[in-house]
Amino acid sequence: MRLPYRSKLAAASVLAVLAAGAVLADPSPDAELVVNEDIELVTRVAPGPAVEGVLTEVYSGWLYRETETRAMQMDDFDNPAMVFADQGLDMWDTVDGTEGKSCASCHEGIESMKGVRTSMPKMNGAATDLWSMENFINDCRTNRMGAEAWKWNSNDMKNMTSAISLQSRGEPMKVSVEGAAADWWERGKEIYYTRYGQLELACANCHEVNAGNMIRADHLSQGQINGFPTYRLKDAGVVSIHQRFVGCVRDTRAETFAAGSEEFRALELYVASRGEGLSIEGVSVRP
Amino acid sequence: MKSHVAHWAMAPALAAALAAALAALPAAAETAPGGVAFDGGAVAASLTGAPGDATAGATVMTTNALGNCVACHELAAMPEVQFQGNIGPALDGAADRWTEAELRGLVVNAKLTFEGTMMPAFYKTDGFIRPGDGYTGKAPTAELPPVLTAQQVEDVVAYLLTLKE
Ligand code: HEC
Ligand code: HEC
Repeated sequence: MRLPYRSKLAAASVLAVLAAGAVLADPSPDAELVVNEDIELVTRVAPGPAVEGVLTEVYSGWLYRETETRAMQMDDFDNPAMVFADQGLDMWDTVDGTEGKSCASCHEGIESMKGVRTSMPKMNGAATDLWSMENFINDCRTNRMGAEAWKWNSNDMKNMTSAISLQSRGEPMKVSVEGAAADWWERGKEIYYTRYGQLELACANCHEVNAGNMIRADHLSQGQINGFPTYRLKDAGVVSIHQRFVGCVRDTRAETFAAGSEEFRALELYVASRGEGLSIEGVSVRP
Repeated sequence: MKSHVAHWAMAPALAAALAAALAALPAAAETAPGGVAFDGGAVAASLTGAPGDATAGATVMTTNALGNCVACHELAAMPEVQFQGNIGPALDGAADRWTEAELRGLVVNAKLTFEGTMMPAFYKTDGFIRPGDGYTGKAPTAELPPVLTAQQVEDVVAYLLTLKE
């Protein structure tokens, strides 16, 4: 008795998915992201090796947002994150710590950071640990400037990662998953598909299987990180990659991992590899 | 016990406190999450031993911190509820497709009906990876309660049974 019901249901939901898919799976099929009428960003690309056969196309989260939110990111005067990137730029030249140095003392102009965001996270110099941009920044602060480490989600840290990410705007994401990074990548992948919390939901449930669908008022994207740091209108502030991960895991009624933890650095590497080829948007605008 | 209590002529505040404490305890007939008897994906017996209240069930289904069913399901029967999700099938006509026992089983633990489904189990307290204390992001400090109480499950089932087309 039960089987016929179920196959009827299956047929009905296939139809529903097909009908919805045409409208929602690629929510803004015509939108092109051009910033300041000048910088053309890639928001859809063919899947890289990490998601070959898994995703048919890789989409930036920007494509899933409403027209007004998309527009804010197309003009730096309207992009609220720019204020914070500017503060990061000021900090770049500010001497801090016992060595009397600023970032500029060693790196010269911040343009020298072009391309850095595209390869983060990556193995540190000694190849002993996988580091996010935040780790590299704190390594400079503590070991070369004699300054205090910044907290992962502090304003100083997010201002600086915003300023540095902006230097790579328009460059394609391309992390290395070879050598020592391979184990980290595997670990990140496992986390991506683990169903955490009392609601037993994995990243993949929302961002792989249901990208394009609505979860209550939220239009689910592929959960890509090419736009980070991002200005979140709901929080009226800049959000780091790990901050976003914390929020998503918490929403599964789970005990989250901490920002900066090994787990979230591994996950960051894996998620970055899923977005290979997308333009760095940092700094982006999200609802 | 009860008759003694009546004889003691308690102060009203104390009586109210005691009544509240009793209400918080599971009723004698209530089935605990670990004791639910499944037949395939279906659960024949009411978890409370009594029918639920459909009106209360509608509230559970639309409240974020409770069932939040509308996060994933559309429901034309509730046009006043804004922002319905479309991750699962629309629930209209659910009572035409499923029996009461099947609907109860779906709310208690839909994974026994649909293997690997995204739909959370609402009356289950074990087998989780890193369960949290509600939506705090922290580890639970006490025994993990199910997402919905037995009464809330029955209320939701009562509401679902009204969904006929
Ligand atoms: C219960 C559903 C759900 C789960 C599970 C979930 N997320 Fe999300 N996530 C969302 C929603 C809703 C948003 C906001 C809309 C959007 O961009 O998808 C979001 C946004 C994001 C974003 C921001 C994308 C952008 O372009 O701004 C990232 C990155 C992200 N999620 C990563 C993850 C990762 C990694 C996991 C697993 C650890 C995860 N999410 C698990 C629901 C979820
Ligand atoms: C996170 C997503 C999610 C939530 C929350 C959720 N469901 Fe579901 N539900 C699904 C999916 C997906 C299916 C389809 C089963 C499958 O194919 O995996 C489903 C199937 C069902 C079905 C059978 C489908 C039909 O109409 O014939 C019923 C009934 C149902 N859900 C009721 C509920 C109720 C009641 C709640 C809240 C107490 C709820 N669901 C919460 C995702 C969800």
